[in-house]
Amino acid sequence: MSKTPLLDQLESGPWPSFVTDLKRMAAKKPQVKDLLAQLERSYQEKITHWKHGGIVGVLGYGSGIIGRYSDLAETFPGVEHFHTMRINQPSGWFYTTKALRGLCDIWDKHGSGLLNMHGATGDIIFLGTRTENLEPCFAELTANGWDLGGSGSTFRSPSCCLGPARCEWACYDTMEACYVLTQEMQFDMHRPSYPYKYKLKFSGCPNDCVAAVARADLSIIGVWKDDIRIDQAAVKAYAGGELKPRGGATPYAKLDIKADVTDLCPTHCMSYDGKKLAIDNRNCNHCMHCINLMPQALRPGTETGATLLLGSHAPILEGAQLSWVIQPFIVMESPYDEFKELNVRITEWWAEHGKNRERIGELILRLGMREFLEAAELPPAPQQVRIPRANPFFFWQQSDFDAEAKGRKYYTREGFDVE
Amino acid sequence: MSERKTDIGPPHYEQFLPPIIKENYGKWKYHEIPEPGVLKHVSETGAELYSVRAGAARLISTDFVREVCEVADKFCDGYLRFTSRNNIEFLLTDKGKIAGLKAELKKAGIPIGGTGHSVTSIIHTQGWVHCHTPAIDASGPVKAVMDDLFEYFGTHKLPAQVRIALACCINMCGAVHCSDIAMCGVHRTAPKIMHDRLRHLCEIPTTIASCPTGAIRPHPDKSLKSVSVNEPKCMYCGNCYTMCPALPCFDAEKGGIAILVGGKVSNAKSAPAFSRLAIPYIPNNPPRWPEVVAAIRNILIKYAEGANKWERLGEWINRIGWEKFFEVCDIPFTFQHIDDYKFQAYDTYRTSMHFKF
Repeated sequence: MSKTPLLDQLESGPWPSFVTDLKRMAAKKPQVKDLLAQLERSYQEKITHWKHGGIVGVLGYGSGIIGRYSDLAETFPGVEHFHTMRINQPSGWFYTTKALRGLCDIWDKHGSGLLNMHGATGDIIFLGTRTENLEPCFAELTANGWDLGGSGSTFRSPSCCLGPARCEWACYDTMEACYVLTQEMQFDMHRPSYPYKYKLKFSGCPNDCVAAVARADLSIIGVWKDDIRIDQAAVKAYAGGELKPRGGATPYAKLDIKADVTDLCPTHCMSYDGKKLAIDNRNCNHCMHCINLMPQALRPGTETGATLLLGSHAPILEGAQLSWVIQPFIVMESPYDEFKELNVRITEWWAEHGKNRERIGELILRLGMREFLEAAELPPAPQQVRIPRANPFFFWQQSDFDAEAKGRKYYTREGFDVE
Repeated sequence: MSERKTDIGPPHYEQFLPPIIKENYGKWKYHEIPEPGVLKHVSETGAELYSVRAGAARLISTDFVREVCEVADKFCDGYLRFTSRNNIEFLLTDKGKIAGLKAELKKAGIPIGGTGHSVTSIIHTQGWVHCHTPAIDASGPVKAVMDDLFEYFGTHKLPAQVRIALACCINMCGAVHCSDIAMCGVHRTAPKIMHDRLRHLCEIPTTIASCPTGAIRPHPDKSLKSVSVNEPKCMYCGNCYTMCPALPCFDAEKGGIAILVGGKVSNAKSAPAFSRLAIPYIPNNPPRWPEVVAAIRNILIKYAEGANKWERLGEWINRIGWEKFFEVCDIPFTFQHIDDYKFQAYDTYRTSMHFKF
């Protein structure tokens, strides 16, 4: 009789079965056999059998490894230790088979052979090894050009969409920016020195394929300032049905440009007279809908960069937050000095004022957006808010009165003009 | 130890890019999706890159990765990538090889799809396979739901894309809070205080500070060196357990799954949005969670029937109104649906006469 009758029921059906995959590893790896047995127990009892945390790591690092121990170690000795290693992924998750096989060889030698491609933050996740294997595995990883990612209260492994590597909508080089910032922040990634986790995600356009606005403390989302590029002949081809909407990936054979595109434009900044598509670009809010529907006719403009948004995280503690616009436009070009300097101002303010396990978005809620913006040296801009406040309870500071006395607003477009 | 390498960071991405991408980096002009799971990107130079997208479990073995590598060697000169949703993309330039690649994947039981107006792979967490705070498993419910919705993975039948996610507890490592349909493991039991262990294992001030609702206080009996929990204030987040292992909140019978719907991260048409509570509790029923599978299919079908062209699930609900959503999907509305958590709550109460009966 099978030892895993409940899990066996997850072997049928058309979607690939993790149980089937794990079973073939179990034939080679005793720890995977014990993992399946413990998982079966969880399926019977409807409860987890992993103990709480445990601090393990490699020498000199305070992150990159998540300690994990079974509470059934006597029954299932193979999973007594079952630590996770986070391996920092390359930009855009591109690989050669040679590189992937190299990783597999290392993990077969030092661990369970189970992994995720990839984890929620972006790293390659090696699941399941013993404490004594961590250092040898790490040595072999670094000898082959790989390093650990972040965990705990550190700068977490940034991730990015594939940007200019394969997308016509990339408004900056997400792949390079991600790589450069990852290299720049190695010390902070591997040595916990922040109040809590801090994530960066780089998306090339407002479609935000890496969910930067929801899953990164600092979200860098590509945008253009000038005009959407139009190929009027291609617009006609869409209208005539020669070109299919969204590249063909819909149930709809033909685009009705008025009903499907211009009528659904959220700012009503476009019109189509049956011959020519007109866009009032000064009133476009970069929603991507028209571009998504007609990729052969429309492309973002050429004066490009990114919008910086800050503060998103999952519900713990104050409830989930989406990132807020803090800088409507920044040019994102190598060596990214302006961005790096701002990133330092943000993390320094947070490190100084943040409580233990307080995300940057929560700190801003506690201390106020003005305090943050002044610390980050960012001027107020209408793009930062959806609507201005409705209450009359606003503060005035001496600097505001000083500016007023000089006949100026506190902030000007040039930046801070009052000492 | 002098030779020990540290802080080298990830390898530079360029070494993993196929020649066609290096040559056309930043020069892509447009793309087409000629069939489900196949993307064609065309460069300003006229070069054409094909990507064949395939679904995989998130929990995989090195054996599986090696299998995938064999396919990529045979058809793609050894170049491939992964998407942000655990899909695999095989990258090739020879259009003639696509049929062979697809046949090979089919033979290996690897499904092709996940593009455009489909249900693509479900992003999820570790669950009982590796996590210490889950209310539910992760890989199991995901497998069961994807088996049921399989017809939507390899087709473009829906009004828009539908992104499903699962988090095995409300920590939401899977960041399910902005998905069209989200499964979220929920505990419904206040932590059981293990006084004997607490005094040795936990720092009392950080444990108290970890509670978002202020339900944890120092225990009145000082000799215990422990805490007390004001149970009616507890919403079972498990954050105290993360700080203090002597406060487990697991309950095999009371734990279960909540379904949240209508979130998105893209700015396309409408702004990014949180998922909102549709079903507060479905029993935790391994190995195939049939009630969860049925609930998700029901919502998906009602959406597919009711939505206008291009409408995401949340856009459909916003147009018809939440009261209609509950009616159409035949989902009972409960006290749990009415937000009472901190500053977000009052912003969700209706202040207009704009509703339907």
